[in-house]
Amino acid sequence: MSSETKQILTTDGIPLEVSLKKAERRNKIKAFLLVAPLLLFLIITYVFPIGEMLMRSVDDKMVTEMLPKTFKAMEKWDGKELPEEEVFAAFHEDFLKLVEEKREGKLSTQLNYTKNGFKSIIKKLRRKSKNFEEGNYKEQIMAVHKRWADVEYWNAIKQRAPAITGQKYLKGMDMYKNETGKIVSVSEDRRIHRILWLRTLEIAFFVTLFCFLMAYPIAHLLATLPMKYSNLLMICVLLPFWTSLLVRTASWMILLQQQGIVNDFFVGIGLVADDARPEMMYNKTGTYVAMTQILLPFMVLPLYSVMKTISPSLMRAGKSLGGTPIVAFWKVYFPLTIPGIGAGCLLCFILAIGYYITPALVGGASGTLISNQIAFHMKSTLDWSFASAMGLMLLAGVLAIYWVYNKLVGIDNIKLG
Amino acid sequence: MALPKHTELHYRIWHYFYLFICGSVFFFLIAPLFVIFPLSFNAEEFLSFSDGMKSLDPDAFSLRWYKDMIYGTKNPWGLAAKNSFIIAIFATIGSVLLGTVAALGLSSRHMPYKGIIMAVLISPMIVPLIISGVAIFFFMAKAGLAATHTGIVLAHIILGTPFVVITVTATLSGFDHSVTRAAASLGSNPVNTFMKITLPLILPGVISGGLFAFVTSFDEVVVVLFLAGLENTTIPIQMWTGLREQLSPTILAVATCLIILSTLILVTAELLRRRSERLRGINR
Repeated sequence: MSSETKQILTTDGIPLEVSLKKAERRNKIKAFLLVAPLLLFLIITYVFPIGEMLMRSVDDKMVTEMLPKTFKAMEKWDGKELPEEEVFAAFHEDFLKLVEEKREGKLSTQLNYTKNGFKSIIKKLRRKSKNFEEGNYKEQIMAVHKRWADVEYWNAIKQRAPAITGQKYLKGMDMYKNETGKIVSVSEDRRIHRILWLRTLEIAFFVTLFCFLMAYPIAHLLATLPMKYSNLLMICVLLPFWTSLLVRTASWMILLQQQGIVNDFFVGIGLVADDARPEMMYNKTGTYVAMTQILLPFMVLPLYSVMKTISPSLMRAGKSLGGTPIVAFWKVYFPLTIPGIGAGCLLCFILAIGYYITPALVGGASGTLISNQIAFHMKSTLDWSFASAMGLMLLAGVLAIYWVYNKLVGIDNIKLG
Repeated sequence: MALPKHTELHYRIWHYFYLFICGSVFFFLIAPLFVIFPLSFNAEEFLSFSDGMKSLDPDAFSLRWYKDMIYGTKNPWGLAAKNSFIIAIFATIGSVLLGTVAALGLSSRHMPYKGIIMAVLISPMIVPLIISGVAIFFFMAKAGLAATHTGIVLAHIILGTPFVVITVTATLSGFDHSVTRAAASLGSNPVNTFMKITLPLILPGVISGGLFAFVTSFDEVVVVLFLAGLENTTIPIQMWTGLREQLSPTILAVATCLIILSTLILVTAELLRRRSERLRGINR
């Protein structure tokens, strides 16, 4: 007989292996179909729009489309001296078309982003261009305003030629491409964004630290107390957790105001004089205090759920082997709580870094974070591409933190209380 | 926590110091909430305790701000409350339906690319809200859904589903799949099995996920600030504007109502959690 192995068949006469594979595939498809509605929904309404933010943040088609002939004529220009008549003529032609369509205002706004001072000279150009004679546009345009005879302004226009730009990202770091195309920082007194990024990191770091220092003892107490007491105390953690963020912020606004209860108390115990009540709100102090209280439950809950699983006999064993309570704590208990510390700190830090509402209400000018700046550009200046760019920079930072955390502790250790 | 009699003095001191620290932290956590309570009954227009209140004079207390909240002329709270409840209820229903079904698929051991898909599904919880707000605003503006209830409901479904997915997957992780196989072998079809066997067992997880989704929607400001028009104002938006412009005691009356609401939700969530643990046989 041949050496061929005899295949096991199902009752239908199909080899078992094939039948099994088919069933597995069917199961896979079934599982996937269950997930598909939500996945599709999120991809359309959430993942794509984040991609759109990316497109918007680098998109710079507007000026490219407004001055097509100018940019074509500028291709040969080296940018060292004033461009030739050809460029001026092309610019004049583009500009007339824009004036006709009443879009020259948009052009001036856009060019003003690149270099300050375009607004007035474009307005002036529009007025004067009505009386322009044909030919020799270079002289006529230069005569409108001395800035039109400044090579830097023409370089600024040329910078807007590409349809894609990274300048919003540079702006987010207080840098820009100067007329010669080199990336430089803005002058020191105008570096608002760097200050904001640093302040965001600083506040997120210290809020996380304060939360950790306050949460560790109470999580330990909750985990070691008998159930009937710990359940009662747990309410103190869970009630703020479930209470509206705005309610909690409102209560801090009442407490911290100058005639507020905290100040009353300080005056009452003689810490400060009645006429020298310190300003505790609308500055960093307010942001620190309110954010720490609001984020504290997010630190307590993961710590608690980890500490709950640590058997008290381990500490007793450590002590019975001759360790003082401090040594036993440091060598036995503390290392076991590290997953909880990691999860809690990650949660707090990520939440703090993207905080918006509380800093906007109690932070004043010195306590606002990068999120406030993003919201400001979304709602007030309507520079959505800049808001997108800063949002994506923040997102990149958050993802980097996750990545590091995943390498160090493992993302699976996150628990929701 | 009583200390054993033989405890040495310095440990005794340390122990009471530790309890003192814990007590202060608990005070720090809970006390701010209780400030709002008495002040919302203030008869005057100030946000600090009047002398009358300190001496417990009954005339210093009144329901004036509650009346203002309900009957006040050109008061936005009625419309805001209505909108908030409608939006939160629909967002919760949407999140629970989508999230539970997805969690069932994710808990199947046959699920391909589990890691990546899970990451996408819970991403709205991980990404800072302000970024989600910008992205969702772009989508809704394009879809013509900005400043509509539908748009806000959809936005809150996006933000609420991760909580449902997480709580239901957690419940399903302790789920004994042999019971569904038993039901199938007894001739039940998958839908029937789900409704009669699986759902009752995972219901606590589903409801607590739903509570999370409800609270997320009910308390959400950042995204709504981008999306809402005048017609879609919600309680958080009204509070936000109120707190920015002028802290009036009416806000405290609203806040008190919200604290009562969150207490109710907390109690429900706790009871459900205990029931779920009992059902899953986790004894502590």
